[in-house]
Amino acid sequence: MLNVKNIPISAWIGLIITAIFLFAAIFAPWVAPYPVGETVGDVWEPMSAKYWLGTDNLGRDLLSRMIYGARITIFIAAMATALSFILGSVLGFAAAVIGGWLDQFMSRFVDLIMAIPTLIFALVVLSVLPSNVVTLILVMGLLDATRVYRLARAVAVDINVMDFVEAAKLRGEGRIWIIFREILPNALTPLIAELGLRFIFAVLFLSALSFLGLGVQPPDSDWGGMVKENKEGIVFGIPAALIPAAAIAVLAISVNLVADWILNRTTSLKGGRG
Amino acid sequence: MSAPVLKLVAQRIAMGLLLLLAVSVLIFVGTQILPGDVAQSILGQSATPQALENLRRDMGLNDPAYVRYLRWLGGILTGDLGTALSTGQDIASSLKERLWNTLFLAFGAAVVSIPLAIMLGLLAVRYRNGVVDKLISGLGLASTSLPEFFTGYLLIYFVAVRLQWFPSVSTVYEGMPFGERLSAIALPVTVLTLVVLAHMMRMTRAAILNVMQSAYIETAELKGLSPFQIITRHAFPNAIAPIVNVVMLNLAFLVVGVVVVEVIFVYPGMGQYLVDHVAKRDVPVVQACGLIFAAVYISLNIIADIVAIVSNPRLRHPK
Amino acid sequence: MAKRPVDRSGLLLDIRNLRMEATSYPPGEPPRNVVIVDGVSVKLERGKVLGLIGESGAGKSTIGLSSMCYGRGGVRITGGEIVLNGRDLLKGGPRLLRQIRGREVCYVAQSAAAAFNPARKLMDQVTEAALLHKICTKAEAEKRAIGLFKKLGLPNPEIFGQRFPHQVSGGQLQRAMTAMALCSEPDLIVFDEPTTALDVTTQIDVLASIKDAIRDTNVAALYITHDLAVVAQVADDIMVLRHGKRVEYGDTRQIIKEPRQQYTNQLVSVHHIPHEENNPTDAPILSVNNITAAYGGGLVKVLKNVSVDIHLGQTLAVVGESGSGKSTLARAITGLLPPIEGKINFSGRVLSPRLANRTRDDLRELQMIYQMADTAMNPRQTIGTIIGRPLEFYFGMKGKERDARVAELLHKIEMGKGFADRYPAELSGGQKQRVCIARALAAKPKLIICDEVTSALDPLVADGILKLLLDLQKEENVAYLFITHDLATVKSIADAIAVMYRGEVVRYGPKSQVLTPPFDAYTDLLLSSVPEMELGWLEGAMKNRRMASAGN
Repeated sequence: MLNVKNIPISAWIGLIITAIFLFAAIFAPWVAPYPVGETVGDVWEPMSAKYWLGTDNLGRDLLSRMIYGARITIFIAAMATALSFILGSVLGFAAAVIGGWLDQFMSRFVDLIMAIPTLIFALVVLSVLPSNVVTLILVMGLLDATRVYRLARAVAVDINVMDFVEAAKLRGEGRIWIIFREILPNALTPLIAELGLRFIFAVLFLSALSFLGLGVQPPDSDWGGMVKENKEGIVFGIPAALIPAAAIAVLAISVNLVADWILNRTTSLKGGRG
Repeated sequence: MSAPVLKLVAQRIAMGLLLLLAVSVLIFVGTQILPGDVAQSILGQSATPQALENLRRDMGLNDPAYVRYLRWLGGILTGDLGTALSTGQDIASSLKERLWNTLFLAFGAAVVSIPLAIMLGLLAVRYRNGVVDKLISGLGLASTSLPEFFTGYLLIYFVAVRLQWFPSVSTVYEGMPFGERLSAIALPVTVLTLVVLAHMMRMTRAAILNVMQSAYIETAELKGLSPFQIITRHAFPNAIAPIVNVVMLNLAFLVVGVVVVEVIFVYPGMGQYLVDHVAKRDVPVVQACGLIFAAVYISLNIIADIVAIVSNPRLRHPK
Repeated sequence: MAKRPVDRSGLLLDIRNLRMEATSYPPGEPPRNVVIVDGVSVKLERGKVLGLIGESGAGKSTIGLSSMCYGRGGVRITGGEIVLNGRDLLKGGPRLLRQIRGREVCYVAQSAAAAFNPARKLMDQVTEAALLHKICTKAEAEKRAIGLFKKLGLPNPEIFGQRFPHQVSGGQLQRAMTAMALCSEPDLIVFDEPTTALDVTTQIDVLASIKDAIRDTNVAALYITHDLAVVAQVADDIMVLRHGKRVEYGDTRQIIKEPRQQYTNQLVSVHHIPHEENNPTDAPILSVNNITAAYGGGLVKVLKNVSVDIHLGQTLAVVGESGSGKSTLARAITGLLPPIEGKINFSGRVLSPRLANRTRDDLRELQMIYQMADTAMNPRQTIGTIIGRPLEFYFGMKGKERDARVAELLHKIEMGKGFADRYPAELSGGQKQRVCIARALAAKPKLIICDEVTSALDPLVADGILKLLLDLQKEENVAYLFITHDLATVKSIADAIAVMYRGEVVRYGPKSQVLTPPFDAYTDLLLSSVPEMELGWLEGAMKNRRMASAGN
């Protein structure tokens, strides 16, 4: 019962901007005015009709790099989020429904990982692993899976003790029915809202790593990497580094607006058609 | 303090130490994932097998992993963090000054952000659902979305470069006058404050609201107490624990935020030291820094839990 | 300091034409105004007790709090006058309200456990209002509090105040809250369901001490409850409310003996369901033999050597207070908590102790209905799915056949076909419980375990459910194991009764036999704790008691 008229304006803004970013990311080769790696002008040219956002520290068109950067940023963040979600929610549900030593073992392990700040843990691991896209996705996805695991387990534990689940067990239903028909439909909404937040976290995390020079490696560049490339210009009054930084902020805020709306919509429903 | 509280506090501290030990294992194992070893990284790809073997034996790299771990742990416990591969310097002495700088920066941010966050949180509760409250929750949304380097470079661009109020690079050195030091960290402190402020505000607001919606607040109101008396006599004693908890958790958050901020402002702290050596793949430094960051993080979490235990009347006055 | 007339006679509280509204925010719709109280007038003289009675949503608590000019949770007073001691509170402003609250009017909440500040000692909280309003010195207030603790029957009154709320029991907290209200010697106390959250035997003790305290201090009171039998023991006059409007007003004797309105009559005759006791058959459908069950790997024994029989088409009621093990008995029979000793015969075969080892027919023939119908149904499934699933699962029914059977079951529980497409959240409390009954019936069971199925419902709705259960029993010849703490319910529907106390069955047999003296001490206590709609019942019950309740 999604009524278009009931979508608040903030959610509309979020949806539209997110859609624009996604469009740019998917159709990058067709949208970008210049090839991604080509030097087309002078170093740090200001914004002009020719170069809408100016040029970067090597004289490459900033707009084109931003569009390709969107592709890399969103791709890695989305893959890491997907990995963390699949892994975290499957293990979380399993821990809640099966319980026993499996639950104990996994939960204590997750406690251990979460005792180290995520960024610090990633830095430690990246000091010995090669910096490539697969490593980044794996490291980010696995670390973030701990948070999804906690949420999924907590939600499932809450539902698992409800009388309707007990009624299903007394009826003689199998574990598959209980997980997929009784628990999952009730756990879905908080998880979907969390999905948005995890994606934002992945974007910010990837950007921070790249900004520190430990994420996506040149010649490829995500937005965080582009901030790093152009940061020397700031002290000379050249704002090129602010553009990718702002793009990260805008994407994060847009997704946040959408997630916020989903969360509010579902909490006010309390079951029923959702 | 009664015996059960002491017992719980002792248990919590013991748990924390155990956790720290497990974390040290995890960090050690995390840096052993790849084949290749320290000897290879010191001598480079062109080293002869004989030279590699000699160095390995000298450094004890042929020992089994657990022996190397115990040796490393023993070193840490006696204050010896090892030597950096890239520079050959003693890690402990390089870290001392930087650790102090980092704590100074984090402390500065805490001093600004904690009173501000609690005040704004109280304001948000006082004018609940009003303009102030909406503004605060909007700020909260923004702050979870803005990367540190966006606010950081925005400030550098406008405040340092355009207006020239503060330096764009936060250089500090030993023997620097305190006033100059404060001026140097003004911008990084601002960024760190913005990072934690909104989150702390939201959590403070939620903690106070939770208390204000309790039935005993209604009881107090129905006794004829004024709003001020209700807050000081009934709300505050119950709200203090959740607020301290909020503060501690956010300080732990600060410790991590410091890494990126130090790089933005080229501040000579531990975060930058760690990032530099990750790029150089200097494993001993990374291990030492990682463990220190984790230790600070875990300690703050322990303090948060202890405050919750000590302030719980059910535990302080058992049946 | 507000001036308080010294004259102790005449009109104390005069509420005229009170109207109270709140704004509700239904999801997906614009907010709208809801009228909670509509044109109610209340007059109360000094030293008198007025009972406000009605079902949930009748507006009785809202009216009670209006005497202190207080709207809970965004409820606004939008019309009328509230005159207390000759002053109109609505015109007084916040200063006047602070002066009368805690000094002239005090409040006793339903849940004293939540109404006390967990971080402060009881004495500080009990004397707070008296000190705030400078009624007396600290020493006097504490002396007065200790006297009240004694009067209200609290243990060790001298040191009781030094304890924290979590250190005393629920019944004691409820008395402490009454002491808190009496400590500033107000003119009026609002009692808001003060005994509802307590166990039955404790409820009567607290009720009796409240009644004594009211009589001795000559304070006026508004006594709010949903239980007419309770209010009949303490009130001089009774006002019956429904949907925020006054239904009937009169003195207590008239209301319970000669009700003029049909609604009042229904409330009076609640629990009077005609039911002829059946004799036991030759072979019981379920036979529980010497069962012992424990939690924590055999450490905490919650059922000790329990044996009961249930016969086809009959009802066994298991009665007891919280902690008596009555719900554990249900868990043992269903296999959720396998007993460590004893065995269960069902329908001529031995039931496996563990749920996992039971056959599908065992599961089908033994169904369960829960106390909270809200949580017993998956909120994401339609009523059709909820009732239809057992049909699919046990009988393999599909499509039209299944839908037809669902419609038939909906008809049996007196609900229309249209409900099949609705979700549980769209139903009222009584309707939800009916759907749960239909789900149990769908399996064509021989025995249904009913775990406190009416205790979360309003009395009239609960009566409807009980009548439905009895009708269905005749039609389907199904047996019930009826778990409840409410003896009034038991009297109306049971064929046999088992009284449980601390994990053991202390009295068991056909209903007529169990309810006939001589009684054992616990059954006597339990029976004497059920309020009867008689004037002066409370005094008689307290006098004839042989055993102290669990709250003491």
